[in-house]
Amino acid sequence: MPDAVAAVDAPTCRVLDLEHRGYREAWDLQLDLVRKRKDGAVCDHLLFVEHPPTITLGRNADAKHVLAAPDRLRSLGFAIEETDRGGDVTYHGPGQVVAYPIMDLRQWRRDVGAYMRALEDVIMGALLDFGVRSDRVEGMTGVWVGGAKVAAMGVHLSRWVTSHGLALNVDTNLDHFGLIVPCGLTQPVTSLQRILGRSPGRAAVVDALSRHFGAVFGREMMAAASRP
Amino acid sequence: MAEVVMPQMGESIVEGTITKWLKGPGDKVERDEALFEISTDKVDSEVPAPDSGVLEAIFYPEGETVEINTVVAFIGDGSKVGQHAAPSAPAAASPVATAPPPAPAPPAPVPVEPAVPPAIHAESGKRIRSSPLVRRIAREKGIDLALVGTGTGAGGRITKKDILAYLDRQERSVAPAVATTAFPPAPESRFGEFETQPLSAMRQSIAEHMVRTKRVSPHVSTIHPVDCTRIAKLRSASKDQFLQQNGTKLTFMPFFLQAASSALKAFPVVNASLDGKDLVLHKDINIGIAVALDWGLIVPVIRDADEKSVVGLQRAVNDLAQRARSKALKPDEISEGTFSISNYGGYNALLATPAINQPQVAILGVGSVTKTPVVIDDAIAIRSISYLTLSFDHRVIDGAVADQFLEHMRGIIENWNTPVL
Repeated sequence: MPDAVAAVDAPTCRVLDLEHRGYREAWDLQLDLVRKRKDGAVCDHLLFVEHPPTITLGRNADAKHVLAAPDRLRSLGFAIEETDRGGDVTYHGPGQVVAYPIMDLRQWRRDVGAYMRALEDVIMGALLDFGVRSDRVEGMTGVWVGGAKVAAMGVHLSRWVTSHGLALNVDTNLDHFGLIVPCGLTQPVTSLQRILGRSPGRAAVVDALSRHFGAVFGREMMAAASRP
Repeated sequence: MAEVVMPQMGESIVEGTITKWLKGPGDKVERDEALFEISTDKVDSEVPAPDSGVLEAIFYPEGETVEINTVVAFIGDGSKVGQHAAPSAPAAASPVATAPPPAPAPPAPVPVEPAVPPAIHAESGKRIRSSPLVRRIAREKGIDLALVGTGTGAGGRITKKDILAYLDRQERSVAPAVATTAFPPAPESRFGEFETQPLSAMRQSIAEHMVRTKRVSPHVSTIHPVDCTRIAKLRSASKDQFLQQNGTKLTFMPFFLQAASSALKAFPVVNASLDGKDLVLHKDINIGIAVALDWGLIVPVIRDADEKSVVGLQRAVNDLAQRARSKALKPDEISEGTFSISNYGGYNALLATPAINQPQVAILGVGSVTKTPVVIDDAIAIRSISYLTLSFDHRVIDGAVADQFLEHMRGIIENWNTPVL
């Protein structure tokens, strides 16, 4: 919905924390919002979600990068989903904060490179709030701490409206990454829990990401007053 | 008829990989329909067809990486399907080709060095030393390199690290200002014995919303007494049967909702949003109802309220309120409201001045329906009176319109004669 303050203030971005949702269910929600965003029926959205253990294969996924057999994964209770985001194979699961911006880049910048770098800025800024310095690595999208990947990214664009986004390991079970070659890379993965020796908690991370998202993209973040 | 080219997806992006053709040769395509998907960095993008027609040729298969502006397909009238020669050397289409195929149109200037003159400090005229990468970052982020100061590189050269550190400082100085407008410090409040409780995420978002609505839209309120005796009698008469048929109590809410829907139709300016200098007049009547929760407040939306019966409205109110309390609302059930109602009458409030739910321009407040002595034809009578408040955004709604709106509602409520069941 057009926002009354759009002209006098930063455009609004609505924040929705979906908490625990299956990958499919969250994807359906994204698709619905993307459709509405394209029609201009809703403002930009930033969805947060925590998925049950799920292995997702991006458009460029290499089946070899799923190390465990599908049957074994299913017996462990893992869902396997093929998606339309960019990137290779990744893992989602409890303890990971997943953020899906549904944003019309025509109203920001028509530049996918700039968008990905800005998402990295959001993550790096949020990590700094917890005293963690992180880096980007040229040519390897994502956010890294001491050579280990703490956040992965993969995005889909349809008429410049974004979906999918980023996954930041807070207190994820990192052993689960052993079942895949994340993003086709052999570098290790890490989490805030491992870096800090304690977890700052999901809520604080969601809050930090949301604030930095607003600052980096120049959006007024408006938390939708609900956990639907 | 149109050539389909690899689009430029960003300033620093010089090529894209075709991941999927969504149409095949001979297929009809509509302009703006997704034609193929490309992958750049970790972004997968749909590319829309530049024109309507028939896809006559695909020059590059899935998996091929081609430079931007390269012609990858041709849309025609369907008379030349399969008869197009590849626009560049045929070998270029082979997956083993190592050199990128020559682009028919010169690609947009991408990292061309001399195109960006070295930055000059406006005041001192001193040349600022930096690398192309740093200048690109500066351009992308809109940074004046002069403000970054002397770099840490050789001869004061600004390095990538310097500019990123500068950006970081900028962000740090901006972020708290954005986040704390609703939460200014008040150190003088900490006296005597006290405990502190951090605000929950929901409380914070409510606080931010309230500060914003009061800041953005100048609210004023008008309050009209409405005689609800007629609907109170109707409600008493059909109460038991309603409960039996619907398993739920009949409240006053559906009556106020129907009356409000009718008034919204009569005064479209109240069913609106202000987007910049455009008044957005909504055709749908989607009424949000404020639901008090133990942990805050939420405003789920009854869509197309004007198309629902009293029974349908009561069901919708109960359903939304119940699911709000069990945290089972879907995102689209709390969005796209065009008007809101706050019913504080249940808490025995006689009148109040509710705050507008942005980006709407008005909210109706409903006070308790109370037996009140009133003067009718110079006689004192006992009537069931409720005070209705309309808080409205005075930027777009004038007081006279607000009063007419409430009088319209009063007319409907006081003359209600359609049966409930």
